Amino acid sequence: METAGAGEPVARAAALAPVTARGWKLVGLLALLAVACLLPFTLSGFRLFQFTQVFVYAIALLGLNMLTGYNGQISLGHGAFYAIGAYTTAIMIDRWSVPYGWTIPVAGALCLLVGFLFGIPALRLEGLYLALATFALALAVPQILKHFDGWTGGSQGIVLSRPGPPFGLRLSADQWLYFLSLGILLVLFVLAWNLLRGRTGRAMVAIRDNPIAAAAMGVNTALYKSLTFGVSAAYTGVAGALSALVVAFVAPDTFNVFLSITLLVGIVVGGLASISGALFGALFIQFVPNYAQDISKAAPWAIFGVVLIGVMYVMPYGVGGAVRLLSRRLARARAGTGPRRARLPE
Amino acid sequence: MDVFFQQVVSGLATGGIYGSLALALVMIYQATDVVNYAQGEMAMFSTYLAWSMMNAGLPYWVAFFATLALAFVGGLVIERVIIRPVENAPVLTIVIVCIGLLVILNSIAGWIYSYVIQPFPSPFPSTPIRIGSVIFGPHDLGAIGVTFVMLLLLYCFFRFTSLGLAMRAAAQNPASSRLVGIRVGWMLGLGWGLAALVGAVAGMMVAPVIFLEPNMMSGILIYAFASATLGGFTSPGGAVVGGFLVGVIENLAGTYISFIGTDLKLTVALALIIVVLVVKPSGLFGRAVVRRV
Amino acid sequence: MAPLLEAQALEAHYGWTKVLHGISFAVEEGGITTILGANGAGKTTTLRAVCGMVRTAGDVRFDGQRIAGKPTEDRVRLGIAHAPEGRGTFVNLTVEENLRLGAYARREKGGVAGDFERIYQYFPVLKERRRQAGGTLSGGEQQMLAIARALMLRPRLLLLDEPSLGLAPLIVREIFRIVQTINREEGVSVLLVEQNATMALSLADRAYLLETGRVVVSGPAAELRQNESVRRSYLGY
Repeated sequence: METAGAGEPVARAAALAPVTARGWKLVGLLALLAVACLLPFTLSGFRLFQFTQVFVYAIALLGLNMLTGYNGQISLGHGAFYAIGAYTTAIMIDRWSVPYGWTIPVAGALCLLVGFLFGIPALRLEGLYLALATFALALAVPQILKHFDGWTGGSQGIVLSRPGPPFGLRLSADQWLYFLSLGILLVLFVLAWNLLRGRTGRAMVAIRDNPIAAAAMGVNTALYKSLTFGVSAAYTGVAGALSALVVAFVAPDTFNVFLSITLLVGIVVGGLASISGALFGALFIQFVPNYAQDISKAAPWAIFGVVLIGVMYVMPYGVGGAVRLLSRRLARARAGTGPRRARLPE
Repeated sequence: MDVFFQQVVSGLATGGIYGSLALALVMIYQATDVVNYAQGEMAMFSTYLAWSMMNAGLPYWVAFFATLALAFVGGLVIERVIIRPVENAPVLTIVIVCIGLLVILNSIAGWIYSYVIQPFPSPFPSTPIRIGSVIFGPHDLGAIGVTFVMLLLLYCFFRFTSLGLAMRAAAQNPASSRLVGIRVGWMLGLGWGLAALVGAVAGMMVAPVIFLEPNMMSGILIYAFASATLGGFTSPGGAVVGGFLVGVIENLAGTYISFIGTDLKLTVALALIIVVLVVKPSGLFGRAVVRRV
Repeated sequence: MAPLLEAQALEAHYGWTKVLHGISFAVEEGGITTILGANGAGKTTTLRAVCGMVRTAGDVRFDGQRIAGKPTEDRVRLGIAHAPEGRGTFVNLTVEENLRLGAYARREKGGVAGDFERIYQYFPVLKERRRQAGGTLSGGEQQMLAIARALMLRPRLLLLDEPSLGLAPLIVREIFRIVQTINREEGVSVLLVEQNATMALSLADRAYLLETGRVVVSGPAAELRQNESVRRSYLGY
């Protein structure tokens, strides 16, 4: 005879719980989006610029996170792709008067190619060595940019004018760039989410966690790793292109090693292997240095470094990781107590 | 031909400095599997400390050895206080912490000492030494000498003393080291202290040549990486030899290959790193790491 | 007389998994105790618990003092030497350096040279290979090196983790003979963990049988050897 014991209500609640949780998540996201769309009409020019830059960084961080967080290839040189994207846009507009809209996909495509090509020798480099090679790349970028001054305008850089809104929309240039960046961020966000949730995403994570087992299971490790490098570079290149438009200026010293370090910091603080983390990380790298400057005019990076180390102590898996841990604990609490299973660290 | 010899000697001098910094990197890597990206900034900061002491009136060699002591203690404290909490965290976390350290040291140096480029004295006489028709700078020869003495002392320490043996053991096999009573944590701290000391020597030897300013070591750091890569990250001796090679190659390439000049020297180092890593990742003297599946 | 090593209700965990469920055992001063059991019974974990290499709960006393909670390095300094599972050889250091490290934690450094001689007498093959890298030794030689290194501490208690694992029977017999000699002539107490029950029981005074983290049989080794049901169920003969 079957008995409906105490197990049943718990099971029913557990079946409902994920649906409700997902529902709440969606509501939350939509609310955030609504707020984001209202912001440009309430903020001043500089603040708006800062938030636009947050979106730009978020795109770059999405790219880097794909490579380092999901696929396990450490890159300390993504500033190079940011620079390529930025200079592609700048050169195309300045030299060939290409409409700015076309420069963005071109920058992305170029970086996709360069990233993929860089990914091929990178296949032979494991963790530490790849990090080193990319760090060396980051250190060398300003020198290379200054050397080919025929193209890049040398140390002086290239000045651009900020594009105005299309279709005669009544927005300021700042507001238009804000919405453009937000729009591109959303599109790329959804693309990344789809990519990472499906087979590709699982293959990438498998390669990160156990490349030999992944290969043994038939995953074409070499192809995936190079492709991931390419896509990651493309994202960062698009971000660089956008930043050239937003800042309206490119110069070699902007793309020094500190940029690559900043990007890395962004994904680590925001959360490795976490898409939402890209936004947290972008907020961190945009605003914390400013607050650091408020605290200490003289040594802002020192404060930045201290906060960085502090975050690592408290949340080694970044904000995204902490949020996930928290939501998992909440979900378990809601579903009631079950047998305690051995929990593996992420 | 004279130019060749001069460039070689000068290359060996700078190579000794690259090799020293590379040695510091390899020592820490062997003990902790961590590449200390802050090694250059630690060396730079130590050099500034020496500079402050000399400005306060202390004679060169007093300041020199005092700096070595301070650097050693500093490295030890940094490992025990800052690195220890994340010892067992994922590698990327430790990398971030090292980079945080880099940023902090660079920023504080800029704050205390400003970004104005300062001259740094050399302890060696300034009259050039003439051997045959070749002219050698005494600082170059002196730097080579100091490097050799330091490396010799380090070698003897690790090879012949029981503390050195314990440090080697702790780096290779922490679990077994605990079983023979070695306090592995303190060995790591000592390792960082020694690495910082080596870095300080490198800093003080190179500052007279490239002048003292907070960003002075970033170029040297990439050369040190190139040296360690060329020599092999698993081989301390290899790192030093790698350093000499990189120094000589850098000078000869800059002299004889015209489009490189001074602009693209860093790019040469970058290219060297990539080529070595693609062709033979374990470097000239390193052991290929065979991973058991 | 209180035992040299005593464990009461000792538990051990790997992460969330409990591996030892409150076991109790003792090693008498000058005696040899053996812990037997199949793979996965928790034998190695027991030694690790005594050394402080794994998270524990419960009481462990050495020479009457509580050592639970002390770090491994401190326990070693009290005179506990461990020849671990997998030998724990320093593969890139020479045999001689391996042995020297064994003496690292000793308070009185005088007599280390003499100890080298003694060890080489027990293990002549180590003297032959003293300048070779530890990793180039065969399995049996590395096992001897592990025991030799532990002896360089002049320990009061020697922990041996499955010394017979993967070794030819002739070598196993040799090693056990040496352990017996060391115990008799130098008074070193031994806690021996073994799968090879026959050899272990012929060597030990006291025996404990572990099954999935619990002691199921214990008593003087001679009794376990005679006890027919124990022999049939657990020792396979």
